[in-house]
Amino acid sequence: MARLMTNLYDVSKCTACRGCVIACKDTNQLSADEMGTFKGSYQTIEDTNGNTFTIMRFSEHEDPVEGVRWNFLKWQCMHCLDPECMKVCPKKAYTKSEWGATVQDPDKCIGCQYCSYACPFGIPKYRKRTDTITKCTLCLERVEEGLKPACTRTCLTGALTFGYRDELLQQAEERVKFLRANGFPRATIYGKLELGSGTNMIYVLTDTPDKFDLPVDPKVSANTWVWQDWVQPYAGWLIPVALAGSAISFVTTRLLNNKDGDHAEGGHE
Amino acid sequence: MTNSIVDMKNTDVALIMGSNTAENHPICMKWLGEAKRVRGAKIINVDPRFTRTSVVSDLYAPMRSGTDIAFLGGMIKYIIDNNLYHKDYVAAYTNASYLIADGFDFKDGLFTGYDSAKRSYDTKTWDYQYDADGTTILKDPTLSNPRCVFQLMAKHFSRYDIDTVCKITGTPKNKYLEVLKLFASTGAPNKVGTILYAMGITQHTVGSQNVKAFAVVQLLLGNMGRPGGGINALRGENNVQGGTDMALLFHLIPGYIDSPMNTAANKDLLSYLKAITPGAAKLPSANMDEFRAAVKAGIPNSGFKVNTSKWVVSTLKAWYGNSATKENDFAYNYLPKRDGMKNYSHIAMFEAMHKKEIDGLFIMGGNPVVGGPNANKEQTALCNLKWMVSVDLWLNETAEFWSYAAWERPHGGTHHMEKRSPKDIETEVFFLPACAVYEKEGTAASTSRWVQYRWKGAEPVGESKSDLWMIDQLAKGIQKLYKDSTRPEDEPIKNMTWGYGHGEEPEPIQVGLELGGYTVADKKPISSGFASLADDGSTACGAWIYCGQMTTKADGSLDYKPMWRDNKDNSKTGLGLYSKWAWCWPVNRRIVYNRCAIQPDGLTPWAGDDNRVLIRWDASKIADPKKPEVVGSWVGDDVPDCAKTSPPDKAVPFLMRPEGTGCFFAAKGALKEGPFPEHYEPWESPVKNLLNSQAVNPAAKIWEPEKLGKVEQYPLIGTTYRVVEHWQTGALTRNLPWLAELMPSMFVEISEQLGKLRGIENGDKVMVSTTRGDIEAIACVTKRIKPFIVNGEEVHMVGALWHFGFKGYVTGDPANRLTPHIGDANTMIPEYKAWLCDIRRA
Repeated sequence: MARLMTNLYDVSKCTACRGCVIACKDTNQLSADEMGTFKGSYQTIEDTNGNTFTIMRFSEHEDPVEGVRWNFLKWQCMHCLDPECMKVCPKKAYTKSEWGATVQDPDKCIGCQYCSYACPFGIPKYRKRTDTITKCTLCLERVEEGLKPACTRTCLTGALTFGYRDELLQQAEERVKFLRANGFPRATIYGKLELGSGTNMIYVLTDTPDKFDLPVDPKVSANTWVWQDWVQPYAGWLIPVALAGSAISFVTTRLLNNKDGDHAEGGHE
Repeated sequence: MTNSIVDMKNTDVALIMGSNTAENHPICMKWLGEAKRVRGAKIINVDPRFTRTSVVSDLYAPMRSGTDIAFLGGMIKYIIDNNLYHKDYVAAYTNASYLIADGFDFKDGLFTGYDSAKRSYDTKTWDYQYDADGTTILKDPTLSNPRCVFQLMAKHFSRYDIDTVCKITGTPKNKYLEVLKLFASTGAPNKVGTILYAMGITQHTVGSQNVKAFAVVQLLLGNMGRPGGGINALRGENNVQGGTDMALLFHLIPGYIDSPMNTAANKDLLSYLKAITPGAAKLPSANMDEFRAAVKAGIPNSGFKVNTSKWVVSTLKAWYGNSATKENDFAYNYLPKRDGMKNYSHIAMFEAMHKKEIDGLFIMGGNPVVGGPNANKEQTALCNLKWMVSVDLWLNETAEFWSYAAWERPHGGTHHMEKRSPKDIETEVFFLPACAVYEKEGTAASTSRWVQYRWKGAEPVGESKSDLWMIDQLAKGIQKLYKDSTRPEDEPIKNMTWGYGHGEEPEPIQVGLELGGYTVADKKPISSGFASLADDGSTACGAWIYCGQMTTKADGSLDYKPMWRDNKDNSKTGLGLYSKWAWCWPVNRRIVYNRCAIQPDGLTPWAGDDNRVLIRWDASKIADPKKPEVVGSWVGDDVPDCAKTSPPDKAVPFLMRPEGTGCFFAAKGALKEGPFPEHYEPWESPVKNLLNSQAVNPAAKIWEPEKLGKVEQYPLIGTTYRVVEHWQTGALTRNLPWLAELMPSMFVEISEQLGKLRGIENGDKVMVSTTRGDIEAIACVTKRIKPFIVNGEEVHMVGALWHFGFKGYVTGDPANRLTPHIGDANTMIPEYKAWLCDIRRA
């Protein structure tokens, strides 16, 4: 397997300038269809949507000792190394690039949105205009041309860096060590081991994940794993077998009934 | 700025005060980030609210808007009391030892010489003590004489003790002490601190003195002229630096020279030059030849500005060419003369417009209906114009000031606004579409003074044109119109030189040639710099500070230094000078006052600071091979900011000052309200001044005394600011869907405590009112603003974005309908940052 390449987002360097949000829109030629209204947070855009692959989340907290914290988080597809979207997609529209991007093929997508429900982060979103799902591509085309993802290219504080996952994880460990000794005692890495094998988008957080509204221990939802591990593997032949079973039962019952003819009414065993 | 944006990476402590750098000058965060990463630098952020800059700062301290001088005064007292100032630097490079005239005094907020009827000072007592010869300034190098600047400064700031300061600013005492300790640590010889500031410092009635307070701090700490130091103004927009360099200001001609007035003191070129050349007022010169001789001989206490005549005459030659001769005072009489009794600032202009004194207006790339203070009054004033020409990329609010939408106001406000309609308004409005920055070519001067050439990237859309083309067309058209006039008053138009290229499209490089200066005889560029300019008509130069920006290539063609793009750092210790990337004024000197980056002997770096040396004295170096008898020169990676061949004991570090030193005491009315900064409350303030009984800056002009909001009706502090997603009045950004989508509504920020008091919840619609107007907005109730405890009282703040107007994809009420018509005593910059308002649920 080729060496994994990852985007690292270091919250401690981010000023939420949202250059990344705009760079993504520009590179992917995404429209801004609806002007919402300000509802009380700079965030304005609540979540990713069919025309927005990445957003900046804003949340305010206050600690009696540390004071006010305004936590930013760049939010987008986490490019899980063991992606749920890939598992649930009935059309096999998802693949994993050899360097770790979770890639969705819009030509195969039928817009059923199973992936939206299955994703522990709720990332993929339906876009009406194309009747498909859209999400961050980790700028697959750019990366394969030797460029950085558009968001990383734009980021001027160095909050975003793109490179080999193993190297970036090491840098992240050192950064977390530094932050813990310099005013952020609960700094942590997110994405190293989450969801079993981790994600290909890594965060250096200045506090625990819940302070960034990140699922603390993201798990695949029960619906998904029942469907995935118990039902879908057998879906291909389970339904015909069930149908066949029904048909046989129907026929045999009728036959049995016909045989016993008069048993049917008021029969008592 | 005195240093540069890249230079920020060399700092040990950055004080960001009066600036939301991360949002408004994001690129600085890259270099501050490098300082943090590589040098372990710390960032201090002082701001009325916790911003996106505060998030990445190491230390945040809240401070009530308009109390910067109190905050800094406390820092000055702390530095002096605790002996944290850089002693050798202060002794050698400042006027700390200079003795002040006996007549000078200060009492209860007023310096000597105040005329309360005129609201101005006679500044003759704000002067030094001189020897019997009348020109040698008396000094006390021990700094102990009670009349020396250092002692007078210590006495002045003795009232700014920590408790009093915190009572005024509302800063929690422990936080204030942390700030003082951390920033004062840069007084050590091997530590350098930088100050970044912007509109949060300047947009006050005491804006200039706010900056003066920075000067006092940075001179005490020995941070001027050193890599990673300086006082770094983050200019409010791209190329405003170029704009002010070119004197797009009401009181200057290019290069920050006072423009002439219609007074006896400026009646002819000689009188004018005597008035504006420091130290020349009492010269006996009877004519220009005698004056030239006096300049050549040197005028005591003049500093480098003794050469002002050369810059003025060269500008006149540039503008009037062959019509400017020795015989006719170089066409000095062609220059328009300001009325000495009038004020021509933005506020004054709109006040005059309101009184029907102005017929026409060109408004290029401006949008006062949204961006001007007292926007309701300014919009009404526009109705009195006979004609208006608006130039912008999109139809902005000012271009459409006459439309129905422009006069919509919220219901139930406290301010009565006469609603106009198009049929009542007789102004003839023209709109000229301008093309965007990437569709035209030319230079822009960044806040670092770097003049950088931009090449055209795309063709303009539709009929839009560059500003240069428009001005060129206007000039040509006007000259054509007047070409047969015989009236003497039309001579300036007829005789002005004009011609920047051959085709219809003017060539920026020809403009660059004029700005950079050339010898009149052969039109060759003066590449050495302004020291080569003459006052005898042999040189022409459109802007003396840009002199030297043009040179010639080996083949004789023009080499425009702003086009240089050598991406190599020429600093041997990695300081990030990039002297061959573009061109920086003056004379490509990247860090001004760099004489101070080495000890007075010119040889020894400041103890422990070997890597932050910019220039040093080489006693054996011959600077000019054509003058081998002149031995000894300053050498280094940056252009020396002192006379190149003057030995260390003679090379003054602040050569533009008459004193040649950095000045704690600003003598002779350099600033209108005093030689030392003093805290005054904003014009509209919820509290009394705790330091003196002056209600407001005694020298600030009060335009509308009847509009002074009373705290009983308007008890809250109002302020305005920006967000990174929008740009100025939003004329651009609210027309760009991706940006509009990020910030689609006008909102105001208030504390949770104020929200509770007024029953306002996050996301509620609110109305904010002042004596000037009312606006509707959405409330952002936030933890990032806290009430200020001012002298035991809880004082609240309402913070408003000012980006919104009625045009574009996303619209909202302009915050400037709330702000007042009052400005700084020196610059007239409006006090956008502190006024009184009230808020309620709408």
